[in-house]
Amino acid sequence: MNNPLVENYFRMDKLPHIWCPGCGHGIIMSAIARAIEKSGLDKDKVCIVSGIGCSSRAPGYMDFNTLHTTHGRALAFATGVKLANPELEVIVIAGDGDLSAIGGNHLIHAARRNINLTTICFNNNIYGMTGGQYSPTTATGDKGTTAPYGNIDRPFDITQLAAGAGATYAAKATVYHVNQLQKYIEAAIDHKGFSMVEAVSVCPTYYGRKNKKGSAVDMMNWLKDSFVDMKIAEKMPEKAVGKFIMGEYVNKVEPEYTELYDQVIERLKR
Amino acid sequence: MSKVIKFLQGNEACVEGALMAGMRFYSGYPITPSTEIAELSSEKLPKVGGKFIQMEDEIAGIAAAIGASLTGKKAMTATSGPGFSLKQENIGYATIAEIPLVVVNVQRGGPSTGLPTSPGQGDVMQAKWGTHGDHPVICLTPDSVKETFDLTIRAFNLAEKYRTPVILLTDEITGHMREKIEIPDVSELEIYNRIVPEAGDDYKAYHVDDGDIVPKMAPFGGGFRYHVTGLMHDETGFPSNSTQNADVLIKRLMGKIEDNKEDIITYEAYETEDAEYLILSYGGTARTAKAAVKKLRAEGIKVGLFRLITVWPFPEEQVRALSEQVKDILVAELNFGQIKLEVERVVKGNANVRLCGKANGEILTPEELIKAFKEVL
Ligand SMILES: Cc1ncc(C[n+]2csc(CCOP(=O)(O)OP(=O)(O)O)c2C)c(N)n1
Ligand code: SF4
Ligand SMILES: [Mg+2]
Repeated sequence: MNNPLVENYFRMDKLPHIWCPGCGHGIIMSAIARAIEKSGLDKDKVCIVSGIGCSSRAPGYMDFNTLHTTHGRALAFATGVKLANPELEVIVIAGDGDLSAIGGNHLIHAARRNINLTTICFNNNIYGMTGGQYSPTTATGDKGTTAPYGNIDRPFDITQLAAGAGATYAAKATVYHVNQLQKYIEAAIDHKGFSMVEAVSVCPTYYGRKNKKGSAVDMMNWLKDSFVDMKIAEKMPEKAVGKFIMGEYVNKVEPEYTELYDQVIERLKR
Repeated sequence: MSKVIKFLQGNEACVEGALMAGMRFYSGYPITPSTEIAELSSEKLPKVGGKFIQMEDEIAGIAAAIGASLTGKKAMTATSGPGFSLKQENIGYATIAEIPLVVVNVQRGGPSTGLPTSPGQGDVMQAKWGTHGDHPVICLTPDSVKETFDLTIRAFNLAEKYRTPVILLTDEITGHMREKIEIPDVSELEIYNRIVPEAGDDYKAYHVDDGDIVPKMAPFGGGFRYHVTGLMHDETGFPSNSTQNADVLIKRLMGKIEDNKEDIITYEAYETEDAEYLILSYGGTARTAKAAVKKLRAEGIKVGLFRLITVWPFPEEQVRALSEQVKDILVAELNFGQIKLEVERVVKGNANVRLCGKANGEILTPEELIKAFKEVL
């Protein structure tokens, strides 16, 4: 392999990764590396924090300060890293279960504080690592190993959840629309405040198989056909009927938490 | 050198000690009877350029403290019973990932919400076994305001030296009691800081260099890009499924505490030299026990007090040696015999072991203890 991006930003000796063939998670990981490259960040000043799950294995392959924590708690660990050393660019990688089930409380509070963390949610609508149980983003009616008769839960829209909790940047794209995804990750990294990008991924092994979604390629095609860009949806609402909306849901400037804390310290010096 | 006399609560002394030890980060969630520790930290930390954050729950409280410690800051979180239960998973994380950290548990009556404003000592076994899996534990317990100050400093020192979470187990009695204490000048204190690698070192994050007890710890952002995980990992810090490797790691983690027990264990032996009977106690309850020993001595009874200061690792050898000397050991504690069980285990039948304990939120009185003691005569 002679790919400068890979050589620069990945731990060559830790590859190949553990993900199944056709898993969408690798696409998101590469998009994050390219976004970091574009943002021109110093590798030594980047910290990547994850919880537990297939997605949360990504930091092990990435050549930064990397922290693989406990299930659901990545944002809480990351909050400590960032507040203790605001110089670090802290990026959080979390699965849909990690971020919105067991870690849902941390998500809403990190968003509420508007602390300068960049969260990338690898949303494959399933608990991949534990073998295909339904997650808070599994669609009603879909099957999981713990929803053999179809899921009766209603799903979260993670992007809107973060936005509602106060995230000052929230965007959604899919692993099929990878250029757009990368652009949003770049914007999220550059954004000062709590940012979240929901990267809709695919798990052909469990979600695909359980729900008869076909091959990994079929699932990618499904993403292509099911998501519509927000701008197109606004201009031509008829094209958005029954579709999911991709785009930047929120992008605004508000006071950032670690800066507010530093102001308290400065005030006390006087 | 400036000594200052202060009239402080145990919880306040904990914060004063923590700041002197170099605490620059506190994250936690309020709970009686530990809340003053958070309140005072929120007031004092920004004044010294440190950071305080009230997290959304106790799990987040310890998680943020671990994150902060990884950047090179000395970090603490404090809680009580219910919150201590919530912190357990991440105590295990800090243990396997070897993150220095101080976790304070101001014990109250349990189980569950129990008795929020009353003392208890029902968490001593939880301090040892609360997180899952085999793991080493350092746990200290003070009996006074001054000792809360001293042991908080010691907790930070041990955390830094052995790269492990240290549990400071106080209780509602010592936490809320006020006493006059002399705060020494920081120059008089021994403060231990973790060993960090030198720039340019060929750094393996979990390799123990010759002559060191633990791996050197680089701060995140310091130019050493490494990986930290709660999975079993090898010397490089990356996950490994090898059972051989897991064996090496778990034995190293246990060994770094077990092999240094002499450095870690402290205790008070009061009037034990010629003792024929022993009362063993710890924390706030040991004050009652000492009063009882004094009264019994005045009656001419040869009784001594062994007070645990380090609860875990347990001072096995010291207690066993005393068990060969005395006929009877009365364990005084605010629970139904958690440490009594441990004493029975270590004395191996050398002496009779009895309990004077309760868990109804009341403290033991010297009279109660003397009555229980005299049953053996
Ligand atoms: C406290 C705790 N509960 C449960 C688990 C088991 N577990 C590991 S990963 C996971 C779900 C992962 O799903 P998700 O976050 O969506 O990530 P994915 O594997 O799908 O990428 C669960 C339930 C755990 N490790 N820790
Ligand atoms: S189980 Fe699913 S999410 Fe996990 S690696 Fe395989 S395809 Fe990816
Ligand atoms: Mg998932």
